Amino acid sequence: MKERVAIIGIGQTKQSYLKPEVNAEEMVNEAVRKAIEDARLSMKDIDAVVSGNIEFLEGHYQADCQFADGFGAWMKPGLAIQTGGCTGGSLVVAGTMLAASGLFNKVLVIGWQKMDATPFTGAINTTREPIYDRHLNVGAAAFLAARGIRYMEETGCPEEIASLSRALVSEGASRNPYTHINRRLTAEEVMKSRVIVWPVRFYHLAPTSCGAAALVLANESEAKKAVKKPVWIKDLVVVHRETSVYRGGAVEVSSSPDAVEKAATTLFKRNGIVNPRKEIDVWETYSPSSWYDMFDMERRHIAEKGQAWRLIEKELTRFDREIPWNPSGGVVCSNPIGASGMLRVLQAALQIRGEAGGHQVPKEVRLAQADAYGGTHWSEFFLLSKYLS
Amino acid sequence: MGKRVGIVAVYQTKYEESKPYLHIHDLAYEPIKEILKISGLKFVGDGTGIDAAIGASQDHWDGYAISSKLYQDQIGGHLRPESRVRGDGAVAVFYAAMSILSGHYDTIIVLALAKESQVDGRLVESFGFEPNYTRMLGLDFLSAAALQAQNYIDKYGISPEQAALVVVKNRRNARFNPVAQAPADIEVQDVLNSPMLSSPLRELDTKPTSEGACTLILSTEEKVKKWTSKPVWIEGVGSCYDSSFLGDRELAEPRSLTSAALQAYRMAGISDPKKEIDVFELSEYTSYQELLWAEGLGLCEKGDGGKLVQSGATEIGGEVPINPSGGLLSGVPVNVAGADRVIEAVLQLRGEAQGCQVEGAKVALAHGTMGPCGQFHQIIVLRRGY
Repeated sequence: MKERVAIIGIGQTKQSYLKPEVNAEEMVNEAVRKAIEDARLSMKDIDAVVSGNIEFLEGHYQADCQFADGFGAWMKPGLAIQTGGCTGGSLVVAGTMLAASGLFNKVLVIGWQKMDATPFTGAINTTREPIYDRHLNVGAAAFLAARGIRYMEETGCPEEIASLSRALVSEGASRNPYTHINRRLTAEEVMKSRVIVWPVRFYHLAPTSCGAAALVLANESEAKKAVKKPVWIKDLVVVHRETSVYRGGAVEVSSSPDAVEKAATTLFKRNGIVNPRKEIDVWETYSPSSWYDMFDMERRHIAEKGQAWRLIEKELTRFDREIPWNPSGGVVCSNPIGASGMLRVLQAALQIRGEAGGHQVPKEVRLAQADAYGGTHWSEFFLLSKYLS
Repeated sequence: MGKRVGIVAVYQTKYEESKPYLHIHDLAYEPIKEILKISGLKFVGDGTGIDAAIGASQDHWDGYAISSKLYQDQIGGHLRPESRVRGDGAVAVFYAAMSILSGHYDTIIVLALAKESQVDGRLVESFGFEPNYTRMLGLDFLSAAALQAQNYIDKYGISPEQAALVVVKNRRNARFNPVAQAPADIEVQDVLNSPMLSSPLRELDTKPTSEGACTLILSTEEKVKKWTSKPVWIEGVGSCYDSSFLGDRELAEPRSLTSAALQAYRMAGISDPKKEIDVFELSEYTSYQELLWAEGLGLCEKGDGGKLVQSGATEIGGEVPINPSGGLLSGVPVNVAGADRVIEAVLQLRGEAQGCQVEGAKVALAHGTMGPCGQFHQIIVLRRGY
């Protein structure tokens, strides 16, 4: 029997391209203070601090130690977690484990990235195998482009659909004061933005952002005493994947089993969800490009294979329509990597609380699905719930 | 701790200064392949095998961003749960234990690895310091540890000879440890004659460059009892961060270690560690740190670390045996260090520590540390379960 865990405190910084006015520790501290204040607690009430980012991007070594004071970890237990782009999800998993272990009542979880200190594509190219792959300098965009080309070929989806999807999430993003690119865009404007790697255009791609997210997690008895209504982490599923036969996007996406689909299927099956499109009230997904939206909807069983683009064509995925897809704007509007996965969970929790603000979906949110994605198709999936049972 | 978590199996590679014939993928393969063989377990999530994996490694030491991708298939991460602790292996053991207590997983494999020789370690460690004021002074973990040692000498009159006794003890203990990198029959004078690296630390006062990997399998009480006739239980855990800025800390008073130890003692029901714990495996990156850590753990009064080693109490046959395996001074890589301490403690409790066996050891303490001068500490207290 698992001890149940809930989110009782939420804090985030404004995410932006540059944050020259603060260093990483100061940036994180803002989110930490907000989360503690939101939970109506003080640092004294926190039993452990879990933190993480992708450390190679900024070049800090053992950042959890280096910034321990600003993180609120001084004289407290804790640990640092780093996986890939899914680090934010891995952090929420770790915080949940600690809070459910019976040893820690309240756990502060911190995800952050300060990408104004990052030569991103240079750093991310070091994920590649050094002899054959690294010198190709493909970064992340080429892999996303391969996915887009493949989707168009397989389904007959017109090129404009990804741009329409980007325009639809911009409706929520423009109402989210914390997101990085909060410009309201039309599909035509997105189509006119420059091509990075065809068919991926500037606005189709997750930006490099600075930002931090913090959550206070509590076990069941503490959560029931919380001032604000707790948001329950009903279930979580982690699915990672091997990488040794990873040789370029086109080959890889067509031949490998799908970790994201496995995570989604496991999560829904385990929780008796037979029709995710109807039963999930809000989706906050780590879709790193608008070209992933269709693919990601299908992997989450919102639509049959090859059919998701028709939902976008009908504009059903806008935050105030039938399938609220990334009402916060999602990763394509803001991507401080180590925080991104946590921001999905955080935004889903705000929706359940009814505190999302301008991008609050116009219905009662009982169940929300949030996830983090990264590495070589690694996934951490969460099902958040308004009610305990 | 309410429920119990135990150790099913452990495996260490041989530690060597360099393993140029092994890429990180290959380094991970041996300890995983071997521990599966020893335990007879498979990567299956149906309750009969290993449910999840946790690695301990750091991008900076691997030269890759997201370097845990290098061992996903080896560690059973393919289409299965996996995570990585960024840092010391003892923390990964702690995280595995918490994951099992949470009820999410029953059985977890832990892997820790590092190839130190492929990286300029002192450059990596310099990135552990705040960049504007302290990094440019040339600080790395070695020069910071030298400041700590000097502070310790000034405050309590510890002598280089006393610190050298730690090196002599550990390197001699390592002669009986088949995986040890640098066993040596040395004298105090050899330490005092070794080249000065950062005053007062000489070459033999510090941990040598090392490469290797190790694995552990942890599980629930029920499964551990089923899978091994020699169960070892995790009885207490504790960890703690101190301040980052060295100037904000008393370097000769490891308060975060004491805090971590007290958490673990309380959980394990230990009131007098000196009497109740039979063997200590500590992460001493320098000779002086072993003395400091002994003080922080409450094995002697503050400032008496030097006298403790002089008295012979920390020898294998002494009252508080420290590092019968040879410790870090005999060569254990970063990341691996704390997990390897847990493994050595397990071997002691199972009576499998060969020539470095502490007779009748029932309770052991394993320790890992991160950050400069022991900023963060992780304690794991283990008890023999048969």
